[in-house]
Amino acid sequence: MTLTEREFWTVIHGMGLGTIFLLAFSGGLAGLWSLRPEWVTVAGIQERLHRLIAGTWIMAIMAWLTVITGTYIVYPWYRAKPPTGADLIRFPRSYLLANPHLAEWHKFGMEWKEHVAWLSPILATAVAYVVIRYGSKLAHEQKIRQALMLLFTLAFLAAGVAGLFGAFINKVAPIR
Amino acid sequence: MAKKETLNNGPAAAAILASGIGSLTLGLFTTLAQAVTLVNDALNFYDPVGPLSGKTTVAVVVWLVAWAVFYSLWRNQQVNFTKVYIATLIMIALGLLGTFPTFFEAFGG
Repeated sequence: MTLTEREFWTVIHGMGLGTIFLLAFSGGLAGLWSLRPEWVTVAGIQERLHRLIAGTWIMAIMAWLTVITGTYIVYPWYRAKPPTGADLIRFPRSYLLANPHLAEWHKFGMEWKEHVAWLSPILATAVAYVVIRYGSKLAHEQKIRQALMLLFTLAFLAAGVAGLFGAFINKVAPIR
Repeated sequence: MAKKETLNNGPAAAAILASGIGSLTLGLFTTLAQAVTLVNDALNFYDPVGPLSGKTTVAVVVWLVAWAVFYSLWRNQQVNFTKVYIATLIMIALGLLGTFPTFFEAFGG
């Protein structure tokens, strides 16, 4: 029961960081949603704030780690050019493009994934910053809180698209 | 209940607007790289990653610079948050459009 170096990094990039990202999003969104003075006491706001700060910052950090490992560790293996006569199964991009019924996984799936994923850390970092900068004052700022919830959700959806295509592409043309 | 204090919303607006500018930059450079070979080649900052390295680096740098600029302008100010928020959403939407393959592939490649 072993993993190659490439499989190890693919698991870290997709499953390890992705799982923590998902948990952090749930905590962060629930925290933003419930940070309302009419729902909780001062003590309640402070208690929720710790979870909110943790959720938003962990999600932002996980998003950065995911795109950096994905772009600079895993992606070069995906897009490596095969030498003449090489078995294309070890070169996912070339393998997909060489098969007309699989080419769209690269042309649409990978092309979208590799770009849209980078929106996630940018949006999540903005949310995390505003949360830590304003703290409990956010409870009284409905407009800002709603804006943060939408940006946080967009960050999650961008990562979700990337994660979903990453999982499918790795199933069709795994990095070995 | 927590006591309501007057909030100086400038720093929040700066962070949110900068995220929109960063998103727009990513979409813009993704489409530009597809449309103009020279741009595509210039964005190849790191060969194993190809032009993606340049598109994302430029987007991150523009995002951070925009954040620093708007923060320094607005840190002690109360700004029209609704306007900033709408501008941000428009830029994010354009950024999403620019990174969508069906859109950017219409410009060549």
